[in-house]
Amino acid sequence: MLTKRIIPCLDIKDGRTVKGTNFINLRDAGDPVELGAIYARQGADELVFLDITATVDERKTLIDLVRNVAHAVNIPFTVGGGISSKADVSALLNAGADKVSINSSAVRNPDLINELALEFGSQCVVVAIDTRYVDGEHIVHTHGGRKPTELRTLAWAKEVENRGAGEILLTSMDTDGTKAGFALELTAQVSGAANIPVIASGGAGSMDHFVDVFTTGKADAGLAASIFHFKEIDIPALKGYLQTKGIEMRMTL
Amino acid sequence: MKTVIIKYNAGNVQSVMYALDRLGASYLLTDDEAEIRSADKVIFPGVGEASTAMAYLREKGLDKLIPTLKQPVLGTCVGMQLMCRHSEENDTNCMGIFDIDVRRFPSQPGFKVPHTGWNSIHSLSGPLTEGLPEQAYVYFVHSYGADVCAETTAVCEYVRPFSAMLQKDNFYAAQFHAEISGNVGQRILENFLKL
Repeated sequence: MLTKRIIPCLDIKDGRTVKGTNFINLRDAGDPVELGAIYARQGADELVFLDITATVDERKTLIDLVRNVAHAVNIPFTVGGGISSKADVSALLNAGADKVSINSSAVRNPDLINELALEFGSQCVVVAIDTRYVDGEHIVHTHGGRKPTELRTLAWAKEVENRGAGEILLTSMDTDGTKAGFALELTAQVSGAANIPVIASGGAGSMDHFVDVFTTGKADAGLAASIFHFKEIDIPALKGYLQTKGIEMRMTL
Repeated sequence: MKTVIIKYNAGNVQSVMYALDRLGASYLLTDDEAEIRSADKVIFPGVGEASTAMAYLREKGLDKLIPTLKQPVLGTCVGMQLMCRHSEENDTNCMGIFDIDVRRFPSQPGFKVPHTGWNSIHSLSGPLTEGLPEQAYVYFVHSYGADVCAETTAVCEYVRPFSAMLQKDNFYAAQFHAEISGNVGQRILENFLKL
């Protein structure tokens, strides 16, 4: 059976992980390659690297990082942050990324989704949607959730699918950082409307939150950052727990 | 040992190259007939759309070359589909090494298409899955699949049972991406290189 996926997200700045981690066995706490490799060994199903200050100068650092990650891990990984052209995507894929995630640039120029899908295939095009509940409606936001757009979240999700996105990374800015659980109702709506996988993000604080997002929330994958980095939740324990709740998980060799 | 990865417009082959690097295997990415013929092992990757990929193979004469190869050949993903008889993707006639057709997964409630993520494989046979348990998990991304047939060496279930792996003589194929399928995928590649 197709499993649900557990995805740790690493925020990157100048080629280093930010937000800090709690891995005492890490030689270099800021090394995303080493952290990614540890997660892969622990049974993470995929990794997401988000370059949070992707300026032109930093692209080269990011490319080097992607190359090193690709050498070190044997599971799929996605790279996002500051991607706005076919050339950006080509450079990341050539360095070994399996997928790229686009966000603000897709809102600014929706045709980019079509162009990327045509050029590189839908399988590597993840559209990240940051959403916030405003005046009774779910509205797409950009710039790390600070800037509202005109787009309704559900309609945008369907549009990105129609334009050729292969997956949706849905982050609720209302639940992000709260550790109070994922935005279940919205996630279920988006997952029900889209015929492509939905990765739920924002709000994970306990193992039961993952149970909820895979059952009530109908998500295909659950993404989290700090709870993994600070070892509040251990990936093997989480997958074991979800398995006992009847949720199909990949058990590793 | 000389391992060749067949070069054509098959999208991203970087991850295959990195996987071979991790195994300490050297390789050559080429579309040169003499190089391909003289290789000990040939990997035929594939990402993208079937008719475009087939057109490119024909243009380079690779569609005639590949079926005549005598050394172990491993086709992956779209590479595997191109080794079948025919693909429903843009009604494409393929190389016909495997005696089976490739059909699209119908969209059904509870089954998103493309089939994306980790799924288990069973009814394993043949040398590539040696040392792997039944229900081992591998990573898939595809909308089309070959039916189960006499040449099937691993079965996966999604909407319907389909061929996760095929083998006929020296031709091996995997629908999933062994290169990013964790330790299971690594073992499959190792087994192939050991043939």
